[in-house]
Amino acid sequence: MRNLWIIAGKEVRDGLRNRWIVATTLLLAALALTLTFLGSVPTGTVGASRLAVTIVSLSSLTIFLVPLIALLLAYDAIVGEFDRGTLLLLLSYPVARWQVVIGKFLGHLAILAFATVVGYGAAAGALLVTDGHAEGLATFARMIGSSVLLGAVFVAIGYLISAIVRDRGLAGGLAIGVWLLFVLIYDMALLGLLVVDKGRIISVGMLDVLLLLNPADAFRVLNLTGSGGVSQFAGMAGLSEDAGLSPAILVTALLLWIVLPLGGAALALGRRQL
Amino acid sequence: MTALVQLDKVTKRYGAQAAVNELTLEFGEGQCIALVGHNGAGKTTLIKLMLGLTHATAGRVRVLGENPLSRAGQRARLEIGYLPENVAFPASLTGLEMLRFYGRLKRRPRAECEDLLARVGLMGAAHKRIGTYSKGMRQRLGLAQALLGAPRLLFLDEPTTGLDPFLRHSFYAIVAELRGRGVTTVLSSHALSELETRVDKIVVLHEGTALVEGTLDSLRTMARLPTILRLRLRNGLAGKVPAVFADVATGSVAADGAIELSCAAERKMEVLRRAQAIEGLDDIEIMSPSLDQLYASFLQDKQGLT
Repeated sequence: MRNLWIIAGKEVRDGLRNRWIVATTLLLAALALTLTFLGSVPTGTVGASRLAVTIVSLSSLTIFLVPLIALLLAYDAIVGEFDRGTLLLLLSYPVARWQVVIGKFLGHLAILAFATVVGYGAAAGALLVTDGHAEGLATFARMIGSSVLLGAVFVAIGYLISAIVRDRGLAGGLAIGVWLLFVLIYDMALLGLLVVDKGRIISVGMLDVLLLLNPADAFRVLNLTGSGGVSQFAGMAGLSEDAGLSPAILVTALLLWIVLPLGGAALALGRRQL
Repeated sequence: MTALVQLDKVTKRYGAQAAVNELTLEFGEGQCIALVGHNGAGKTTLIKLMLGLTHATAGRVRVLGENPLSRAGQRARLEIGYLPENVAFPASLTGLEMLRFYGRLKRRPRAECEDLLARVGLMGAAHKRIGTYSKGMRQRLGLAQALLGAPRLLFLDEPTTGLDPFLRHSFYAIVAELRGRGVTTVLSSHALSELETRVDKIVVLHEGTALVEGTLDSLRTMARLPTILRLRLRNGLAGKVPAVFADVATGSVAADGAIELSCAAERKMEVLRRAQAIEGLDDIEIMSPSLDQLYASFLQDKQGLT
């Protein structure tokens, strides 16, 4: 267990040195603050809660940005160390290969979690100061927590790619491909399918499964069909009424999306000949 | 003598290619062993097998009494040091941070890391980023991490590649000190001449098999390469080979006027005795076959070129 923290600690230190932590935190904080103040301007006329609108805006930001940051952090984690020759030396120490995978994952997750909590937290703090009441902050905290969960999913997927391929360029290409697939292509394809199908074959239950098969969709459903007025502003009120996906199922799906790729990565590294 | 490393008919294949082929070896406590061979001879693969970084296709590997791939073998790595060929570290960390990281994995205190940095002459650069280190400094940091935890067994893969003569000298001084303390050291190198006087046992690898193994002297006996004696004689006597050597050596006159006698190793003393009796002898230089020459000779024998 101690080895996990030693390896995670080194990743965090490395992240501090190469400015990953500062860059991602500033990026997320800047975008979150911009969305909070510019994105909630129209709420004055429609009477919507600024917080609800901000949660919707930040959830959309998370779906695009957090997986990308996570994949960029992770795709090089194993194949890069292998390429540079640092992995060979590390594995000559009394460390199990799975400990290397999990330890590095924890380190990268800590970097992402810090950037998300501080970045989005800045937006929450700003709202608290300007609005003067703490209503809905629990929903906001849930959104931040699930954003970290989504980040963890894509770090895990990035690790799987990094452990399987032997070329850094290929790993980078695959990471971008995964991002395009889950963030852009999957939803368009699903939408197209639904339009063509017109409810003949794809039942609600089947749609639920299809949504769970994309972690970005699981995150979207988890946040945008949430409590309060969020689903109204997210344009997902209809879906939230029909979908049988409880938060527990959605969180379980996201956890599986972390455990399975990470297990695959540990298995792949365990079998790898150095 | 306790065997720290035992390899029994070990084979490692990559596809159809055998990097190590039915190799049987044993390294004892406190020995300094040189693995010698050209690129692709199997040196690095052999070290990886002993470290459990790759698994054998067939045969049995035991290091410190354990299978390196087992949990016990993983624990045994607490007592093993390894310096890979072309050692690399993350550029953004400092030398001390890097060594502290490896030290923690071996449960070693900070003071030991600082001591080791001082020992390899890097204390002045301890807080500088490794990205600013020269090749020699990185190699010294590599040696420092290999020495963490006072290992019983040390694997050094091409340790002096890219080091200047001064650094090579200080590097081998540390290796000699370890040898004195009973550490078993396995060195692989291309630089055969620098290994000659520094190792107890030499293993010549070729296409994954041990072509020969033994001490330098035993290899010389096996190779039966001639010993060369260069005689410098005073004016007047130079220019022809004295007849007294006719039955023990073949002679020739070198471009600089010295007489070069070539004889079998066991006749060396007889040639020396006769040489000392020559009037006007100024100097004798004895040149036993170098490890380079031995290696070339064994390889030629193997390839049937002689």
